[in-house]
Amino acid sequence: MRAVITVIGKDTIGILAQISTVCAQSSANVMDVTQTILQDLFAMTMLVDISKCNIPFEEFSAQLKKQGEGMNLKIHVMHEDIFNSMHRI
Amino acid sequence: MINTNDILETIKMFEEEHLDIRTVTMGISLLDCIEPNIDRACEKIYEKIMRYAENHVKTGEDIEKRYGIPIINKRISVTPISFLAASTKGADVIKFALALERAANETGVNYIGGYSALVHKGFSAGDRALIESLPRALAATNKVCSSVNIGSTAAGINMNAVALMGEIIVNAAKATVDNSCFGAAKIVVFCNAVEDNPFMAGAFHGTGEPDVVINVGVSGPGVVRAAVAKMPTATLDEIAETIKRTAFKITRMGQLVGSAASKALDIPFGIVDLSLAPTPAVGDSVAYILEEMGLEKCGTHGTIAALALLNDAVKKGGVMASSSVGGLSGAFIPVSEDAGMIKAVECGALTLEKLEAMTAVCSVGIDMAVVAGDTPPETIAAIIADEAAIGMVNNKTTAVRIIPAIGKVTGEMLEFGGLFGSGPVMPLSKWSAQKFIKRGGRIPSPLQSLKN
Repeated sequence: MRAVITVIGKDTIGILAQISTVCAQSSANVMDVTQTILQDLFAMTMLVDISKCNIPFEEFSAQLKKQGEGMNLKIHVMHEDIFNSMHRI
Repeated sequence: MINTNDILETIKMFEEEHLDIRTVTMGISLLDCIEPNIDRACEKIYEKIMRYAENHVKTGEDIEKRYGIPIINKRISVTPISFLAASTKGADVIKFALALERAANETGVNYIGGYSALVHKGFSAGDRALIESLPRALAATNKVCSSVNIGSTAAGINMNAVALMGEIIVNAAKATVDNSCFGAAKIVVFCNAVEDNPFMAGAFHGTGEPDVVINVGVSGPGVVRAAVAKMPTATLDEIAETIKRTAFKITRMGQLVGSAASKALDIPFGIVDLSLAPTPAVGDSVAYILEEMGLEKCGTHGTIAALALLNDAVKKGGVMASSSVGGLSGAFIPVSEDAGMIKAVECGALTLEKLEAMTAVCSVGIDMAVVAGDTPPETIAAIIADEAAIGMVNNKTTAVRIIPAIGKVTGEMLEFGGLFGSGPVMPLSKWSAQKFIKRGGRIPSPLQSLKN
């Protein structure tokens, strides 16, 4: 099972490091990362493998969201299937 | 990896544009629960529903958590109860409604539909008893929903049933006067009812359906409106194309959730219903889509053309997104559940006559329209007859869900709360149709050939 993490907000030092730390602590393996600047906003998307994740998906998602709140970032974690089914035929 | 813009578009749909799965509805056949002893039949019903639907709500919640997609309602639809009432002669059929309510409460579903009768050509044993029990049954239960099919293209319109339903609707409103006349909001009168509709109050599990099945209804007017809002100068064919693409994406969510639920429950996946179901939340409105297309207010001249475009584009986009499409599939226009419709009625732009005309091109019919409490039953029956005639002649499903607001007059509001919103009391023609309705009998089925 793979999930897509999106991070949107003002660019600051250490975003990637902080998010990756949460992933590592939960045994979620980062598979791919892309970063762009969208209308002055920092936008990062991360593809992570959560099949070996040591906490339930909702908890993983909640932890990342909490991490984001502390850094003034909006973080969403969603199942990869959602994007695949919506945007790929 | 998936394109960042696509990801952000999807997140925006959920976060800002109210995209959700309106309902995952489990259809359960009760044909094997038919018993002459009503108490025994009720036990069988309860036992069968519990057997299949015990984990229905939990499975829905698990899918919500797993995918982060809100599933607003988990529901059950069952075989029309009149089939069971047919063999329990003389018994009080309200016991069936109480058994359904008990099963609904125990499983935790939001609604259970199928306290229904199909009488498009005539009443059989059980039909009349069930219909006459509706005001009491709907007042005694919270989650039980009912529908009565009074006409079809092949059979014509059963005008005796139409007249009866006029009275039943008024009595159902009177029986629930302390609860916003909500009894009437749980009755849908259909022409050409479909067997796999997941939406309430009209859902029932048709006799042509498998023993048990999962059907899904999506929502998403907010997403379509947002997409149309981005094209202020586009031509209508460009708008149709965008709506098609948007409907495709929305429907894919329904397909994903339906397949996941079907797999988790080990129950066959039936259909995705492509209807755009609005909610009273601002922005999640079918009326606002029409206004976004360029109408000053929903209900003005041009509304039907805009709605026809919307309805067709939604179907075209949705059909390819799902392995199996069914139910009502179109754009719903429930007045009280749609912030834009409420506003349009309040300012006089949208009238019941225009709503009737809109139903010739949209998926269902006069839905959640509130009328004055002193409306004669014959007038309500005549509204049903008009609506059924539109469905019968045009070979489509039409329905009436109309709420007489007991004690209220034109211009006042009837508050339901939650997904049902609130409805302004709409004015009706003051001229009577009593003599026409009192004639009874049947309107013969229309000619389906010689179409030139």
